[in-house]
Amino acid sequence: MLGALSHVALLVWALLIVLPLLWTFLASFKNNTEIFGDALQLPAELRFGSWGRAWGKAHIGQYMLNTVIVVLFSTLGTMLFGSMAAYVLARYRFFGNRAIYYFFVAGMAFPVFLALGPLFFVVKRLGLLYTHVGIVLVYIAYSLPFTIFFLAAFFRTLPETVAEAARIDGASHTRTFFQIMLPMARPGLISITIFNVLGQWNQYLLPLVLLARDQDDWVITQGIANISTLAGYEADWPGLFAAVSMAILPVLVVYIVFQRQIQSGLGAGALK
Amino acid sequence: MERLRKYGFIAGFLVVPVALYSVFVISPYVQAFQISLTDWNGISSRLNYVGLDNFGGLFEDEVFWRALRNHGILLLVLPLATIVIALFFSFLLNLGGGSRGAGMRGVWGSTFYRVVFFFPQVLAVAVVGVLFKAVYRPDESGVVNGVLVKLGLDPVGWLIEPDLALWSIMAVMVWQAVGFFVVLFSAGMAAIPKDYFEAAALDGAGRFRLFFSITLPLLRDTVQVGWVYLGIAAFDGFALIQVLAGDKGEPDGATTVLPVEIWKTAFSYSKVGYASAMGVALFFLTVTFAVLTLRTTRRERIEL
Repeated sequence: MLGALSHVALLVWALLIVLPLLWTFLASFKNNTEIFGDALQLPAELRFGSWGRAWGKAHIGQYMLNTVIVVLFSTLGTMLFGSMAAYVLARYRFFGNRAIYYFFVAGMAFPVFLALGPLFFVVKRLGLLYTHVGIVLVYIAYSLPFTIFFLAAFFRTLPETVAEAARIDGASHTRTFFQIMLPMARPGLISITIFNVLGQWNQYLLPLVLLARDQDDWVITQGIANISTLAGYEADWPGLFAAVSMAILPVLVVYIVFQRQIQSGLGAGALK
Repeated sequence: MERLRKYGFIAGFLVVPVALYSVFVISPYVQAFQISLTDWNGISSRLNYVGLDNFGGLFEDEVFWRALRNHGILLLVLPLATIVIALFFSFLLNLGGGSRGAGMRGVWGSTFYRVVFFFPQVLAVAVVGVLFKAVYRPDESGVVNGVLVKLGLDPVGWLIEPDLALWSIMAVMVWQAVGFFVVLFSAGMAAIPKDYFEAAALDGAGRFRLFFSITLPLLRDTVQVGWVYLGIAAFDGFALIQVLAGDKGEPDGATTVLPVEIWKTAFSYSKVGYASAMGVALFFLTVTFAVLTLRTTRRERIEL
């Protein structure tokens, strides 16, 4: 009896998650009449036109491309600079090591909203406002605290003997890092890469402030939020739902492929 | 020579990350404290210091207090609802299957449920907002009201009624957060030695007893971490409220929160000094909450 009840509870919550997503996906094939009619009816036919309109006319394709470019460079940069700093802080003893480590880690405690106003003017003064270069650098900077915190803990667990052997064979510090230590740290690097890709892909506040001007530069979250407002004026609701579906699908695919690493990575990160 | 090379390597590896972090993270934070003491509008080249006027202004600002009240509600409801639901599900998923064969296990289909429950966590909050704007539509074309109408009830203005809007938004926050905490608590439960449960089950303890007498006390630290996380989230809520309720925190500012006000004050009204003062207030609220929670709930650890 209790077992049956617990299954009902689990099933209800699962439906609460799946149904809104499924409904959005189905709504993208409906027409306006169907969308404003009974919410629970199915689309009369599969109309793919809305997907085409969302991709082209509503610029989802453009936003997606922008986001891919931004996230590609910012995640690469985050991982490169984050792992370099984490490695040095985790495995070398030098004056100021602890201070620099806490300097970085402290960044996790501050709300981004505190920095928002001044950040806008810092980026502006550097001439990087409304540019993808600017947003990439800002993403990297704001991702460093967690990345360094997580990877430093990971580098500390790696055995010293291998690095020692490489050094005796005459490998430079830099070479030891790139050819020996980084490959050994792969599991940790994968978790935190996925974490950064998702976090930066989903970022909304920073682009809203730093990429506000030119609509051609927008990222996907901005685009979706804007279409949601526009759909009211242009009365293209199927297009809105197609756009939302397009924003969800790539994340869903990444999630299904990597769900094990994502869950264990996020869980471990939160507990440290 | 070797020493020199080592220090050169260390400096070389640290210079770019430290520079990026100092320019884009640390310097804005430091400036925020400075600007909060000025009436800067974001344009003038000189800073005009006004002392603590901005903070005095906050005390008389009705919107500020409304935002604070909403943070208070969020702070009470969001952690409590999320943690209770997540604890319940993680218990079912990890231990609910009873002790058949070797050790405890979850109910049938645990892996599937865990994968589904966690998914909202990886969706962008802005996208979730747009999604729920449709789900919450005030007539029968919204999913929730569609169901209500089918059941013969009147549709409800989920995001329109001032008394209801904040609760509707909180429901979305809980919807999105539960999966993460199910995973977090599951990791905590996996760390509890199985023989504890077996011994208790042999002594005839039922599942309720197992949960309240063994799982919950041993999971205390993890729950505490979760509480701090959710409390900090209660001081945010920007993307969801901005998308679901609009810039003004409609209806009637009933759902506004400090981040929305900061964003608006700085970029729509160009009152950067005043916005920074709100940011500083937000910072101290968050820190006070985190320190208080960690202090008051601290207790001797149970050694496993």
